Amino acid sequence: MSAAVDRATFLRRAGALVVAFSFPGTVPALAQEAAAPNGPATRRKTPSYPNVDQWLAIEPDGAVSVAFGKVELGTGIATAMLQLVADELDVPLAQIRLVDVATTHVPNQGYTSGSTSLSLGAVPIRRAAATARATLLGLAADHFKIDAAALETREGACFVTAEPSRRATYAELIGGHAFGEPIAAHPQMRDPSTYRVVGTSLPRVDIPAKVSGTFTFVQNVRVPGMLHARVVLPPRLGAQLASYDAGSLRGIPEPVRVVRKGNFLAVVAQKEWHAVRAARELKTTWSEGTALPAPERLWETVQQIPGKSRELANTGDVDAVFASAKRTIAARYEWPYQSHGSIGPSCALAEVRDGGVTVWSPVQGVYPLRDAIAAFLELQAEKVQVVYAEGAGCYGHNGADDASTAAALIAHEIGKPVRLQYMRADETGWDPKGPATVHEMKGALDEHGMIAAWEGHIWTPTHSTRPDGHPANTLPGQLTGAPAAPVYYNGGDRSALTNYTLPAQHVSMLYQERAVIRQSSMRGLGGTQNSFANESFVDELAHAASVDPIAFRRRHLTDPRALAVLDVVAPQYKPGRGVAFVHYENTEALVAAVVDVSVDRETGVVRVNQVWIGHDCGLIVNPDGLRNQIEGNVIQATSRALHEAVRFDGSRVASVDWASYPILRFREIPEVSITAIDRPHEKIRGAGEAATTVMAPAIANAIFAQTGKRLRRVPFTPDAVLAALRA
Amino acid sequence: MPAVPMTLDVNGRRHTVAVEPETPLLYALRDELGLTGPKFGCGLAQCGACTVVLNGRAIRSCVTPVSSVGAQPVVTVEGLGDEQRPDPVQAAFVAEQAAQCGYCISGMIMSAHALLAANPHPSDEEIRTALNGNLCRCGTHLRILRAVKRAAGVTA
Repeated sequence: MSAAVDRATFLRRAGALVVAFSFPGTVPALAQEAAAPNGPATRRKTPSYPNVDQWLAIEPDGAVSVAFGKVELGTGIATAMLQLVADELDVPLAQIRLVDVATTHVPNQGYTSGSTSLSLGAVPIRRAAATARATLLGLAADHFKIDAAALETREGACFVTAEPSRRATYAELIGGHAFGEPIAAHPQMRDPSTYRVVGTSLPRVDIPAKVSGTFTFVQNVRVPGMLHARVVLPPRLGAQLASYDAGSLRGIPEPVRVVRKGNFLAVVAQKEWHAVRAARELKTTWSEGTALPAPERLWETVQQIPGKSRELANTGDVDAVFASAKRTIAARYEWPYQSHGSIGPSCALAEVRDGGVTVWSPVQGVYPLRDAIAAFLELQAEKVQVVYAEGAGCYGHNGADDASTAAALIAHEIGKPVRLQYMRADETGWDPKGPATVHEMKGALDEHGMIAAWEGHIWTPTHSTRPDGHPANTLPGQLTGAPAAPVYYNGGDRSALTNYTLPAQHVSMLYQERAVIRQSSMRGLGGTQNSFANESFVDELAHAASVDPIAFRRRHLTDPRALAVLDVVAPQYKPGRGVAFVHYENTEALVAAVVDVSVDRETGVVRVNQVWIGHDCGLIVNPDGLRNQIEGNVIQATSRALHEAVRFDGSRVASVDWASYPILRFREIPEVSITAIDRPHEKIRGAGEAATTVMAPAIANAIFAQTGKRLRRVPFTPDAVLAALRA
Repeated sequence: MPAVPMTLDVNGRRHTVAVEPETPLLYALRDELGLTGPKFGCGLAQCGACTVVLNGRAIRSCVTPVSSVGAQPVVTVEGLGDEQRPDPVQAAFVAEQAAQCGYCISGMIMSAHALLAANPHPSDEEIRTALNGNLCRCGTHLRILRAVKRAAGVTA
């Protein structure tokens, strides 16, 4: 027996049969709270999965199963992931399938958040695929008794370059067996010149089912014996449930079960419509709530919340420059609370099985939710399974974790499978909000019209109160008095510093552990608020320096990639239009925007007519998928800038539906022209958020260019515009 | 009122459902007939996710009592075509990749269907007006507009 055959035989014998991916024991040894310099806790680390077999398997029929721990949120990452695997492993697209995301099936890759699914989340799979391809070439070399360098791969097979008929498929080489090896420390990645599907606009795999009405959204999942639940949330923030009157449900044509735990209240019925009615008709008595600030006092209140002072930059002698500067200006910017505004209210389904709970859920992190539910129900983590099922777009931490925890609680209480869907007011009223912030900025110009000094102070809470295993980070946990969760500081400093060359700068923040109302991650996190302040203020400095806003930005930038995105939109700039540039998180995607607006001086209505975007996110995996993301960011961020602010009334959130929390509609949608610069030899950078961050400042700058009036508070509503015009 | 059997004409077939007459059509479609293409979005006729075509008109099934439907034909997105044989509007949405999360899309398609049936060659302004009550949060509006124009070309 030759050494060659020995090796192949050894691999086949030694490698266990691949039955299925299984991660029963991922109660994470590495999951621990770690001390961090800027807060008492960091997000729990995810375990590492060092072996090829933990990420992909080649089945006996040649199908490639990929265990991607990130979820498809409607952004197209599932399709892009298939493209990356197809090229790295060199297999036909049709042979690849992504394993269903569940705590029993895929590695714990934390949350699908922060535009990192392809830039970071795909990395171990790409490396596993590269390792696997090298191993397959080695097996083929043994099989054909030839040096591996004389072999190539193509479409799921290895062949002898000089004699293509000498060919063995991956399935023949290893199908059904484990690779049994770690991911190589330095796997030979494919050269971008060999890509065949990466860089093409492969149609999204989920769209045909979505337009046919057959796609399985979590809202459509059904299990036998399932009951329908609705929550009855407090009428006021902080209100305590004194009592409820089950007799008030007598008019409903079936017995309705009421589940109460502390201030958590829910109704359960066989018919969904009966559950909807019961939630409306149940008579309840609640205590007074906690007073919320009057609208005009919101930002003053925001500034009074205690926090930790944190220095983000302190270079040069800022005070001395300001003391001697020819020209200084100062400005204050304010951002409101905003809602994720998912079109489908959050929904989840929970079933009690063998003393444990299985939850079908649309959350961004199945493992962190599993751990929160386990802690909440006092179950071992292994007794809780979370199975991902896609919901409506979430754009961050919306009501999904809360609805999932509520469904689990109700099912656990009554011992029957329960489908819980939020009503509109539950979602819009109670999703953790993108937080309100205040920025106070000061800048000095030198005699050449360059920025001599830059000062910024930011009042922001943490943007992350995701479950992370803590019941108190869920609404049902809060309503039942779960002990407080450690504060994890994240997101407030995102894009807080610019990439401009500044000889002296001092930027600091008051990093607050809480907000006026419950807050968490919303698209762009602090990058959205920080970029509004920074890019508005740069524009104010450019105006003060009497320099055109693109030229002014160019003078303070050196990175050729930054200059390139500005250059592609520069031809669209003319006086009267607005500009913004953001290098997202200082190292991620680069975006420049030119915006054309009309301002109706009679009504105050701002209409965004056209947006031109220059965008660089490194290697482009799917050009049309990227454009879809950029268009979505532009439109959603235009909506946030023009319309969106959570309203308070006494102790109540008063924006609870699309009348009280309006978003952009078809008649207001701008034209969007995108130039996406492909950089095949650069790393992939996320595109899920970056273009959001340029829009509010670009629109504010355009309004200034049209009217000479600065809007420094979002949203730019007709009332706000009229007030500015009359000031 | 108690549940009573009622006959509905949905996607060209007659079905009998036993629900209280005031039950919104959406719940009859989703829970009684298993047609989950129409979605619950707000229950307030504000977003359009539940849109179906009733007797040629796009209506909000979340606020339409079953009792008001009578013998009028109801068409849901499932009644247009399927993945293998999409109708021209569905095919146009695929061609334009006019979805992200897709939760609003069946409502968009049904509003577009009613528009094109009444006005086979709508202007951009007419399409925007017809869809103005359908909300999309992902920001796929421009693709949806292109898809409706493409479908108008196909059905012309």
